[in-house]
Amino acid sequence: MSHKARSLAFLIALLCGLSVLPLILSTYYLGLVTGALILAILAMSANLLLGYLGLASVGQAAFFGVASYAVAIYTRSAEGAAWSAIAVGLLAAVAAGLVFGPLAIRTRDIFFLVIMLAFCQILYGVTYSWRSVTGGDDGLPGLARPDLIPGVSLDGPVSYYVFVAVVFLLVVGAFRLFVNSPFGLVLKGIRDSDSRMRALGYNVWLYKYIAFTASALIGGISGVLHAYYYGCPNPADFSLIHSSSALLMVILGGPGALLGPLAGSLIIVFVREFVSNVTDRWLIVLGFAYVCTVLFFPDGLIGTIGRWWREKSSRGRSHATAPLPERSQEESSTEFVSAGKSN
Amino acid sequence: MIALEVDNVDVRFGGLQVLTNCRLSVKAGEKRAIIGPNGAGKTTLFNVISGTVRPVAGRVVSFKRDITRSPAHVRASLGLARTFQITNLFGNLSVLENILLGLQALTRTKYVFYRMTSSFTELIGNAVALLRDWGLEGKKDHPVRSLSHGEQRQLEIILALASKPKILLLDEPTQGLSTAETGLVVPMVRSLEASTTVLFIEHDMDVAFQMADKITVLYYGSVLADGTEEEIRSDPNVAEVYLGLENHDA
Repeated sequence: MSHKARSLAFLIALLCGLSVLPLILSTYYLGLVTGALILAILAMSANLLLGYLGLASVGQAAFFGVASYAVAIYTRSAEGAAWSAIAVGLLAAVAAGLVFGPLAIRTRDIFFLVIMLAFCQILYGVTYSWRSVTGGDDGLPGLARPDLIPGVSLDGPVSYYVFVAVVFLLVVGAFRLFVNSPFGLVLKGIRDSDSRMRALGYNVWLYKYIAFTASALIGGISGVLHAYYYGCPNPADFSLIHSSSALLMVILGGPGALLGPLAGSLIIVFVREFVSNVTDRWLIVLGFAYVCTVLFFPDGLIGTIGRWWREKSSRGRSHATAPLPERSQEESSTEFVSAGKSN
Repeated sequence: MIALEVDNVDVRFGGLQVLTNCRLSVKAGEKRAIIGPNGAGKTTLFNVISGTVRPVAGRVVSFKRDITRSPAHVRASLGLARTFQITNLFGNLSVLENILLGLQALTRTKYVFYRMTSSFTELIGNAVALLRDWGLEGKKDHPVRSLSHGEQRQLEIILALASKPKILLLDEPTQGLSTAETGLVVPMVRSLEASTTVLFIEHDMDVAFQMADKITVLYYGSVLADGTEEEIRSDPNVAEVYLGLENHDA
């Protein structure tokens, strides 16, 4: 099967899977899947930075939180706002990206990680203390889902799931186009060698800035969906756990893999669900999963399956190259070591 | 026409003076070798010309345009390309993608984010043709990190040539190559268009004399001598610091 046909088949399978879920899942589990899709979008914003620029961010929740607060605050002042509230939420996230960008992209590696964490903590502090506007640690409860199209209500769990799933698919499609465009190729080039990109004539700073802002926009989309999902933005939206689980979802799924974030977020949401029934210490399980992924599956879930698939199909084509897979495994583990250093 | 002029450039890294009053003037179309012992400042000079190191004093002028303060990507857009001493390619991308990055660097295509790269058939055709010219077409879908060292050094030069530069800086193009592989690089440089100005750093004297019209000898950050092969070979200073003390021994 050609690459094109395979990805088309994959997309159709995803579409079928998503449309079958409301029929087979209870309302409760459908709600979990809705939450997982929203988090998957947040993870995609982290994936854009980690998978295509090599920048690990534990601050994506900053854009997420800014967007959800912006929606709630705007809706309180403009009763019944629908599309305009969404626009305000997304604009706020983009604005946050434009403001933080110049500071953040000067750094890389661990410094980038820490500066993003700092942004998030600043916003956490502001929302926690500025009671008159943000409601402090109570958050801003009572945000109702608007009728985006007159007569179609999003109040029910199934209708909101459909809305989130459609947005998710649109984001996946746009993301796929973006990273496979000449612009996306430039980002991959910067990830591998920014000095060479400069020597070739690329304005590396500008590309990083645009990509950073695009990731802020994607984080904002996730934040808007989240605000309407729970109806109550609160300081926990900016929490470290939130940001770091977005990054963990990317690592679990495989940095750079288009649907890695979805796989990662489904795993995390459902593991959290089952483990927190047994123990309060579910973060230990999360940490253990993280360590195992990094040690044994550095390409993540989707990456590992993809490689296994490629090896299987190349072995099918010619038996002469049978020893190849072992070598490529070795290669990718050394690659991981160097990637770990640079991240 | 002077393609490149380095005028009294000083570079310091903390307390270390790397270049002192460095002067260089290269005519358009000239092939110039830069030689000198280790630590003479050859790569630093290239970094000053290409824009990754900013001098504390002096000017860099290219085709009458002062580029001392221009960032590296602006210099590249003015027609200045370089290769690196330590292979600097996009290891996780395919050979073809590497070339595409070189080809689209100075076009508007590089800003397109709403169309698949695979839909730019003309660009891809040009990239494949370029690879065919240099005998690497068969490797176009291989990731660059899987190439041999020799192939990577070759790609290092092809990538710099992709944007058809007016001035090309080659930092030790034959570094780490076997004699046979070096034999491939020399004609590669020789076959460049006559109008392309080439500066290259080279440790192998024979290779340097084969490829260059003129030679500049750098010693402790300053230009010790400038001239043709004959002039350099007969220069007593050069003989002393670089070519060895044969004359004295004899």
